[in-house]
Amino acid sequence: MAVGSPDHSVTRPLDHLTTASLVIVGGGPAGLSAAIAAAQLGVAPLLIDDNPALGGQLIKQTHKFFGSRSLYCGTRGMDIARILCQQLSATSARLVLNATAVGLYPGRVLAVVQPDRLLKLKAERIVFATGAAENTIAFPNNDLPGVYGAGAVQTMMNVYGVRPGRRVLMVGAGNIGLIVSYQLIQAGIEVACVIDVLPAIGGYHVHAAKLARLGVPILPSHTVVEALGVEFVEGAVVAEVDRAFKVRPRTRRVLEVDTICLAVGLSPLTELLVQADCRMVYVPELGGNVAWHDAQMQTSVPGVYVAGDLSGIEEASTAMLEGRLAGAAAAESVKGSSAESRVIIEQAQAELGCIRKGPFGEKAACGKGKLAACAGANTNT
Amino acid sequence: MPRRTSDRRPPTAHRSPPTARRSPQGNRITAHPILTFAPGTEVEFSFEDEALRGIEGEPIAAALVAGGVKVFRVTEKMHRPRSFFCAVGKCSSCLMEVDGKPNVMVCMEPLKAGMKVRRQVGRGKLE
Repeated sequence: MAVGSPDHSVTRPLDHLTTASLVIVGGGPAGLSAAIAAAQLGVAPLLIDDNPALGGQLIKQTHKFFGSRSLYCGTRGMDIARILCQQLSATSARLVLNATAVGLYPGRVLAVVQPDRLLKLKAERIVFATGAAENTIAFPNNDLPGVYGAGAVQTMMNVYGVRPGRRVLMVGAGNIGLIVSYQLIQAGIEVACVIDVLPAIGGYHVHAAKLARLGVPILPSHTVVEALGVEFVEGAVVAEVDRAFKVRPRTRRVLEVDTICLAVGLSPLTELLVQADCRMVYVPELGGNVAWHDAQMQTSVPGVYVAGDLSGIEEASTAMLEGRLAGAAAAESVKGSSAESRVIIEQAQAELGCIRKGPFGEKAACGKGKLAACAGANTNT
Repeated sequence: MPRRTSDRRPPTAHRSPPTARRSPQGNRITAHPILTFAPGTEVEFSFEDEALRGIEGEPIAAALVAGGVKVFRVTEKMHRPRSFFCAVGKCSSCLMEVDGKPNVMVCMEPLKAGMKVRRQVGRGKLE
């Protein structure tokens, strides 16, 4: 899936500072889309990613996406990654892979660690598209081997072809929990049941129906009480909860599973934004602390943009749209506005508005509305 | 019936879990309705001085999972066993000792032939 070859022009000795007019941090759906949009508008970005190949979490998405044609509906996530990489390879964007941005220093200098060297990148403009990390929840023994993030299990089975367990309890009946459960079965792993503490299934009906047809029980108003085992998971205790999320007496039961998958949400990876001194706002609907940003994805710090899950947890489709928006806006700030840049920005804004008007976009729409209501001035305390 | 062990009693550390004795390729997916996995080059490496085989260039963590290894490290104070959690280089749950170097994030580190992988105990020490 990797496109192009590593850019040796930026892998010079430690004391050398490489300057770039636009650096994009993160090569998932948002970062790739930002890079493509900026390059189309004549601003060749430098794209860095900590993985050996681009695509971010798209590369483990074996299911077909929904949405509009411009967002590759009906195409599997992993194939969307391939399409975006092909589009990028046709541009003059430069790539630095196996490279982790570990710090942002005054003068907008990014410290980037590669296996055997430290790069210093002075970026006039930066689009941060670092994505999100999986959440955990508190229960006894939640640190035992066998308690894994749902995305982690998806990576192991869909990217590397290994089975991390034999029989799984899935915690969380949102889209990730439902989709990963189905993919577990495709990988030859048994799913004992899917539970969710909420009284209703959070994900799309179509994903829940596929599991139901395979006989996988989906239990709303259930929680995991504890994991059993000494060195690794050998079982799980689940129980029903009441409306106040308190465990109902005499509803505990033991499931014989060797894996507990947590699909309990994501948190934006915002460390670099904090270092950039972006104004951060706590918005529960967006997954926690996010950077305030305007309608073109610029944060409170001029020249610093955000796109994708780190600007608020949503989905790959909206990440691609935000990426296009941020990439085009950053390019505009370099080269000025053009008819072409306006088209990209206005189309992306219109499509985002459309998705967030839908029933499953409500939460993000509410969160983004809260952000917009905050002033953008940098008032970090 | 699984054992109930909700107390924070430290486990009997370092004992290899029974699953670690499974055949090295026991957890590889061989048939899948959507995906095909390129065979790759098989290489030998060691885990706790025991020979295991993996695919060159895959993360060390994937090779360990394929070989049935579940406990990657033991924590400093409570001696709790740990494995990977996020598998994408974000959470630092999977730090191990590789070729004598501690704190290697094995979910990201590519496997090479002859690597010596050990469970990390505590924070790890530099020789």
